[in-house]
Amino acid sequence: MIRFDTVSKNYPNGTTAVDELSLELAEGGITVLVGPSGCGKTTTLRMINRMVEPTAGTVSLRGQDIREIRAPELRRGIGYVIQHAGLFPHRTILDNIATVPLLLGWNRRKAQARAAELLELVGLPSEMGKRYPNQLSGGQQQRVGVARALGADPPVLLMDEPFSAVDPIVRAELQAEFIRLQKELHKTIVFVTHDIDEAIKLGDNIAVFRTGGRLAQFDTPERLLAHPADEFVAGFVGQDRGIRRLSFVKAAEVPLRDGPVLPATTPVARARAAGEPWVLVVDDERRPLGWAAEAELPENGTLADASLTRLGHTFSLVGDSARAALDSALLSPSRLAVGVDTDGAVVGVADAYELSAATAAADRAEAEAAGDKSAGAEAAWDKSAGAEEEAGGKADTGSAGGGEG
Amino acid sequence: MSDGEPLVRWQWIGDHAGELADYTGIHLRLGLLPVLFGLIISVPLGILCHRRRWLYGPVLTVANILYSIPSLALFMIFVKYTGLTERTVMIPLTLYTLSVLVPNVVDGLASVPEPVRQAATALGFGPIRRVVQVELPIAVPIVIAGVRVAAVSSISLVAVGQLIGQGGLGYYITRGLQLDFPTPIVTAIVLIMLLALTTDALLVLAQRLLTPWSRSKVTAS
Amino acid sequence: MNDLLNQLRLVGDWLASSKQWHGDGGIPQRLLEHLTYSGLSLLFAALIGLSLGLLVGHTGRGAFAVAGVANLARAIPTFGLVVLVVTLAGLSTTPVLVALVALAVPPILINTFEGVRGVDPATRDAARGVGMTEWQVLVRAEVPMALPLILLGLRIAAIQVVATATVAAYPGLGGLGRFIVDGLSRNDYELVIGGSALVVVLALVVQIVFAALRRTIVSPGLRATVSKS
Repeated sequence: MIRFDTVSKNYPNGTTAVDELSLELAEGGITVLVGPSGCGKTTTLRMINRMVEPTAGTVSLRGQDIREIRAPELRRGIGYVIQHAGLFPHRTILDNIATVPLLLGWNRRKAQARAAELLELVGLPSEMGKRYPNQLSGGQQQRVGVARALGADPPVLLMDEPFSAVDPIVRAELQAEFIRLQKELHKTIVFVTHDIDEAIKLGDNIAVFRTGGRLAQFDTPERLLAHPADEFVAGFVGQDRGIRRLSFVKAAEVPLRDGPVLPATTPVARARAAGEPWVLVVDDERRPLGWAAEAELPENGTLADASLTRLGHTFSLVGDSARAALDSALLSPSRLAVGVDTDGAVVGVADAYELSAATAAADRAEAEAAGDKSAGAEAAWDKSAGAEEEAGGKADTGSAGGGEG
Repeated sequence: MSDGEPLVRWQWIGDHAGELADYTGIHLRLGLLPVLFGLIISVPLGILCHRRRWLYGPVLTVANILYSIPSLALFMIFVKYTGLTERTVMIPLTLYTLSVLVPNVVDGLASVPEPVRQAATALGFGPIRRVVQVELPIAVPIVIAGVRVAAVSSISLVAVGQLIGQGGLGYYITRGLQLDFPTPIVTAIVLIMLLALTTDALLVLAQRLLTPWSRSKVTAS
Repeated sequence: MNDLLNQLRLVGDWLASSKQWHGDGGIPQRLLEHLTYSGLSLLFAALIGLSLGLLVGHTGRGAFAVAGVANLARAIPTFGLVVLVVTLAGLSTTPVLVALVALAVPPILINTFEGVRGVDPATRDAARGVGMTEWQVLVRAEVPMALPLILLGLRIAAIQVVATATVAAYPGLGGLGRFIVDGLSRNDYELVIGGSALVVVLALVVQIVFAALRRTIVSPGLRATVSKS
């Protein structure tokens, strides 16, 4: 879909923003370009819509060299979202969103109707269309920015740190909204961020750049966390990548046991016989009621007479990841995570040690799947691995500071 | 102008050097005292406008209207009260400076970062000490930018005062017209521009001396 | 206070006397002259100042020269320039108009330039990014956003031109300044103060016109920012 063929960008002052980049981005997925300041990720993005012209190599879109397309025309067919939204302050929200349709020569009524549709799509009330950008919050402006980019329903969307200027709560909201939108629209999205968490959360594929404009690794989030290509990537991905990997293991794959799970009608004597320090008391429909400590069980009667400790939170075997399960285990008074099905009925429990076994299972599954990765990604990965050996020990671990671009 | 008359007769300038120096002094006084008076009015007025935001709009409107009144008309209105004196020239020129100085004082105060303002309050500065010792110094670059504009236009406007007999170097402009002789006019224009540009340069220097901290910031960025 | 009333009465008397309203040297003729000088020179200055300011602002080339010219221009004594032009070229309208244009160009030029330069780089980037041609970036994004400053430049130029056109009466031109200059030489204070009153009213009208323009052609979206900052 989008192909970089040994693309470089050098500036007259001698700096290299992008160094012989070869990369092929698949259609219909989110590719995240991530890396420290000055790694060339934004430059790479901006070469796709010719906001930056490469000094060497070619960028092609669906097999066509983009230099063959007039820049304004090319750009009208590619959505573009930037950090501070860059809305036109002198135009109403609706007019902002209608920008590209109007540039394409649609009539006013049709463009406005399209804009109103998009306003709704990004989750903003229609009365907001008459306002001006300055009357909106940062998060709302960013939504309008996305709507404007979608104006002419372009197949490709470029997003340059679109969510980094808003506070964490709004960012999480926008990210969730973005994932929902993408499920609906299936755009080919190139997304730049310096935030590895955001990259892992949103990306189908992630390209990690190192300072000096070199591609360090191009891979799926799972593989990036499991097998960072080198020290630089490992450092950039972070010390807790082991735990983050659990995000990609489905909770359903976690081995559970149901020994400590007992109905409230169970006699105390039988509960003792189970030999567990904690038992999980459930109701008739196996919904969890609370934890009972073996040491504090009453002399006789049933578990209904026992004083229960609050549950903490459970994890769902349907929607959650192994990471949620681990979190649930660590926060539980019994140190056991409680897995429930869609009805909220307990399936079983597992402790942190048992959960870590899930990682090993994931590794095995991945090793089997490693064969059928896309050829383009593999080639790029090999190339960057070679480049890394040349770079030797000077793999700096993403020092902050310095302006981007 | 008679044919063959050169734009400038250097001889004339040499002959009138002493007199030119006297008029230059008068011109400076007529041009710069209004800026000083304007500053004396604008700083408290600007602080007040900064504190009471609703005042700013009306004050600015009045200052802008005063500024838009042609100097000749304003001189004539004051002639009735202050006669054909220097004051008649300086009062309107003072009023003109307000349209630049008041907004620059207000903008300068607004440029003080909120954390700095709050830190000063937290450290125990009273409202007045805070303005004088913290906010005004930070506002200096923007205020001086206004003073530069005010001083340059004030110096060039003084010449019109010659129509009521108080124009500093403007004397040579009317004199040249009466004699149909361009040398004094050109000399006056050049001297006035030199005065204005020198004053401007000195103000830039003053700003550097007054705000050593902004200098280092400039080189760092 | 009595004085002020007195002055107003003088102005009233002068305006009321019918001879001011007719024939050669009457108020309508002087006003027309004044408006012609000011209007024509403002028009030409706007053509020059706007096109140059937009060009320099959009391309960013020549910014240094623009700043230098504007600084130098402010230092020129307008009165001196007009008198010099009359001394050199004789008493006719065209040279004075040229001088007025020369005085009005710098404020228009510098403010237009600053307005376009001051457009948020992210917005300009977005304008290109959504596929505007350079011309569209200028016309659809930069100019509307620079409009408050462009109007400011035009207003300053207008004020300057109206004032200088008044002074142009001294070396012998028409316009409202005529009343003041003639009144001064004849020691006719009624004429002086009446003429001054007309000039003041004209200045106020100019202010009102620009305030109205600002209200009608500047986008409300921009006014919100201006009042916020």
